Amino acid sequence: MSAKELTPSASSARRNDRREWHHYLPHVFVWLILLTAPAWMPLLGGYTLLATRVLVLAMAAMGLNLLLGTTGALSFGQAAFFGLGGYAAGETLLHLAPSTPLALLIGMLTSGVIAAVLGPIAVRLRGIYFAMITIAFGQAFFFIVVNWNSFTGGEDGLLGFNRQPLHFDTMTIPLHGVNYYYLALFCFALVAAFIAALLRSPLGHAFVAIRENERRLQFFGVRAGTLLWIAFTISGLIAGLAGSLYALLNNFISPSSLHWTLSGDFVMMCVLGGMRSFWGPLLGAAIYVVAENTLSSYTDNWMSFLGLIFILIVLFFPKGVLGLLRARVKA
Amino acid sequence: MELLLFNVLNGLLLGVFYALMAMGLSLILGLNRIINFAHGGFLALAGYIAYSLLPYLGFFGVLIVAPLLTAVLGVLVERLLIKRLYGRDPLFSLLLTFGLVLIMEDMIRTIWGAQGLPLQIPAVLQSALSQTYFFITGYRVLILGIAVALTIGLLLFLRFTKIGLRILAGASDLDTISALGVNIHLLRAVSFAAGIFLAGVAGVLAAGWQGLSPQMGDSLIMPSFVAIIVGGVGSLLGSLLGGLLIGVASGVTSAFYPQASQLVIYLIMALVLAIRPRGLLGKKGVFE
Repeated sequence: MSAKELTPSASSARRNDRREWHHYLPHVFVWLILLTAPAWMPLLGGYTLLATRVLVLAMAAMGLNLLLGTTGALSFGQAAFFGLGGYAAGETLLHLAPSTPLALLIGMLTSGVIAAVLGPIAVRLRGIYFAMITIAFGQAFFFIVVNWNSFTGGEDGLLGFNRQPLHFDTMTIPLHGVNYYYLALFCFALVAAFIAALLRSPLGHAFVAIRENERRLQFFGVRAGTLLWIAFTISGLIAGLAGSLYALLNNFISPSSLHWTLSGDFVMMCVLGGMRSFWGPLLGAAIYVVAENTLSSYTDNWMSFLGLIFILIVLFFPKGVLGLLRARVKA
Repeated sequence: MELLLFNVLNGLLLGVFYALMAMGLSLILGLNRIINFAHGGFLALAGYIAYSLLPYLGFFGVLIVAPLLTAVLGVLVERLLIKRLYGRDPLFSLLLTFGLVLIMEDMIRTIWGAQGLPLQIPAVLQSALSQTYFFITGYRVLILGIAVALTIGLLLFLRFTKIGLRILAGASDLDTISALGVNIHLLRAVSFAAGIFLAGVAGVLAAGWQGLSPQMGDSLIMPSFVAIIVGGVGSLLGSLLGGLLIGVASGVTSAFYPQASQLVIYLIMALVLAIRPRGLLGKKGVFE
């Protein structure tokens, strides 16, 4: 292939980076909805707690999607990092210091460090086997938390901590419902901005290359394992932050937040919304939380309806709701 | 000493269930390339079918009929749902069967109720065989015997029947045997049915041992995945070995430090993977 043939595609790639204004519309739309949620949620019969739940679960799902959608690594143990972050945040408030930011930070770092340490074992495997090892990691931590009664409260979960008001120089901000929503939104915005920047960086492009053609990446002398380890660690960090926010949202954390079924739910949120779209996991989390909330108030068998939704999505809409919408727009 | 022996035997029994499930999972993973999360659901279903048929067929009757019926249901699920996933990202098989688990548990709860039920086993099997080692009952010997017979039967079936050999060949290269004119639809259905049948037998035996509950498969499915990894993916004997190994390890641990009896399974896995990433009997290049 001559240099001339290469030029047009290279310049079109550059043009793609400098987007037209209407490419930003969806993002503006998403942020407007998120910023105003506490105002209109009650009108639709929802409540702020529900909106915060969406944000927190969406954050974990977006972190997971860095593995699932971006690098194509099928991770099924994300709940472990989510739950461990939550426990770390709770223990921080109970034993260390009554500070919300510190609790969030320690929750995030705990999961990040654990992901960084376990990563090298996991990234040697691919596909189904990567999924299995991540499941197994998740289970190991689940049993540690359940059996370490004196520290974690065992099956009853960890109680007795409360989210603390934020202190600035002269101001004290209490974290009741709406304020806590905006704190979660602030964290969510940081995470979303970080992921967006990451995806546009060379590192982000290399992540996609693992998914598309790992062998070619290795011909370039790039170690896919190292890249996967970085993605694994970042997604652990994000899950830890989400888990901390979740623990503080409920002022409670229990082993069920580490259970493999929650890992499956996170994966499902990504697929449901569309794992190749930036906002897919957020949409998936929103649909999941609203469906769970609505179904469980109508029927005791809401789990089977959720299962049915999962099956239908897998069979008929594997690209998720956003993938479907995008196909419609193009057609 | 007696306590240790008791726990080793208990662990061995647990390992038998892990191994039966792991071999079924491994079979389905090998040829169908499906991660069957619903395996535990099928196991529970077999137990409950056995419960309902027990008054008509007796224990030994349901031990054969319930797994067969469950395998038939398994083939239905395979033909209706699973077959649409062949050749697609394994992610989708994981998710579809994950959804299936939710439905199956609810279904069992609706039909048979949420509370635990006992499965009556013949009185002959319940009595202790020995006064010194009170824990050796006829039922435990039966479980071990059936597991041994099933394993040998499965291996003979795979090595010495035409369809068995094709399943083995298909697990390593499905495209080639398809090009040679083998009916791979039939092959996949048989392999799926065989896997579910093994889960079904484990379900009936487990129900007689520890009773029935809608989530009875949940505590077995994860260790079975671990058994496959420890034993080496792609190796049936490896799954058997892995299952027995983690079962016994779990049993021995509960003699000394019961809190860690579940955790030790995952520690063993991490250890094995650190030393041999392909598992104890795994072959290089299988399923990468």
